Amino acid sequence: MSKNEMVSLKNVSLKYHSLEGETHAINNISFSVNQGEFIGIVGPSGCGKTTILSLIAGLIKPTKGQVLVDNKSVEGTSTDVGYMLQQDYLFEWRTIMQNVLLGLEIHNKVNQFTKAKAEKLLEIYGLGDFKNHYPNQLSGGMRQRVALIRTLAIDPKILLLDEPFSALDYQTRLAMSDEVSTIIRKEGKTALLVTHDISEAISMSDRVIVLSKRPATIKTIHHIQLTTEKGNPISRRQAPEFREYFNAIWKELDVHV
Amino acid sequence: MYNRKVNNAISKEHALYLARIKRKKLLIRLTQIGILIAFIALWELTARLNMIDSFITSQPSRIVNTLKSLYREGTLWMHISITIFETIIGFVLGTVLGTAIAIILWWSDFVAKVADPYLVVLSSLPKVALGPIIIVWIGAGPLAIIAMALFVSLIVTIITVLNGFLEVSPDKIKLLQTFGASKIQILMKVILPASVPTIISAVKVNIGMSWVGVIVGEFLVSKAGLGHLIVYGGQVFKLDLVMTSVFILSIAAALMYQFVAWLEKKYVRWQY
Repeated sequence: MSKNEMVSLKNVSLKYHSLEGETHAINNISFSVNQGEFIGIVGPSGCGKTTILSLIAGLIKPTKGQVLVDNKSVEGTSTDVGYMLQQDYLFEWRTIMQNVLLGLEIHNKVNQFTKAKAEKLLEIYGLGDFKNHYPNQLSGGMRQRVALIRTLAIDPKILLLDEPFSALDYQTRLAMSDEVSTIIRKEGKTALLVTHDISEAISMSDRVIVLSKRPATIKTIHHIQLTTEKGNPISRRQAPEFREYFNAIWKELDVHV
Repeated sequence: MYNRKVNNAISKEHALYLARIKRKKLLIRLTQIGILIAFIALWELTARLNMIDSFITSQPSRIVNTLKSLYREGTLWMHISITIFETIIGFVLGTVLGTAIAIILWWSDFVAKVADPYLVVLSSLPKVALGPIIIVWIGAGPLAIIAMALFVSLIVTIITVLNGFLEVSPDKIKLLQTFGASKIQILMKVILPASVPTIISAVKVNIGMSWVGVIVGEFLVSKAGLGHLIVYGGQVFKLDLVMTSVFILSIAAALMYQFVAWLEKKYVRWQY
């Protein structure tokens, strides 16, 4: 096992149980993510992309196989892993600063040091003036940025992003994916992004994992190599190879309407 | 976009617009006051002209006189404060106990499912029917009246608040779970704060419920309080006393409601 492996799934399968019966969500999935790497996961809707994130976050346990984070078996949630959901879910009764401190509060880690760090994150990412505002006073993009800072405040090693921009309009979405990717790389975090947006996955990720229909298995893993001067998602979209990756993944997703 | 610009130099059109809104507001208020004055004046006038029998309908001047004599006798404040005290205790207890029980039901899905049919039956039962039982068990006193007020508001509080708890977005709960929150943390950090508006609207309903409970209780137990005055007035055919008590009651109830609305505005800042 390589030393800088942050996340690794080994032959992981998962079945859900409900009154209607059993759902085989994912089947025998294995992959690993290196420290500092950005992984995109795409797949047909309802194929179990979110399930993979829930497994890494320790919210659910695999039926079979093993999930490792930082070379330790996942036995529940931990501060090593930060999870960003589809919407910001800021608590409207808390100020921006109080929202950012939520994760720290739950871990009883609110002190002068962590507070100062959270405040600094807000400053750096242009929200310093809004720390005493309430969420309904902020725009969608700003709220999503607050949600990211809330996740970063617990100082996780790995960030799980579950379609984090799906609630935003297209322009904000482009700007936010650019911004979030820059922030994550600057903070040196390892990240897994689940999305149904092929372009978003290619523009943000080092590798894109394509999943099959349910029960999800890995179809292919693309190493994204684009010839661009700057590494940010918006300029990556201009790269000549971008379309080739897009077409390849589009074919693999095999979408029938 | 985020800091709304305050434009000091208002355009002529905007000034006209604002004036129109203001005029409309004023008109509504004047009409409201006008209706009240007209009603009172008509009542007084028709009574003086013997067009209506003021023995049965009472009349505004007699209500004022009754108020004065009650005040002179020194019993006015006693009756008012007893009723208000019972009402406040009733709705505070109803809200606190109801919320506490709702928390238990939220905590344990098993208990909630077991309790469900009982809650349905209790909520459709007219609680006033329990009056005689309460009096027999607790005794004919203020305690029975408070118990009455409590019963009237308790079940509806449990159901409203529990529904509020269950309506909290599951994703907000998931967010806390991703941070590794325990059940008590989920309760304290999201369920309760998110349900503050629900609890406040339950309080508003409870005030009305509690008044019903207290007045019915006073009808039954009848020693002091506005409900007692109403029943006594009715029995001895002193409609002046009945009308006066109803008048005081409506003012007290309105004031209490306004107080809670004010509290809501003051403490639930994020809603506005």
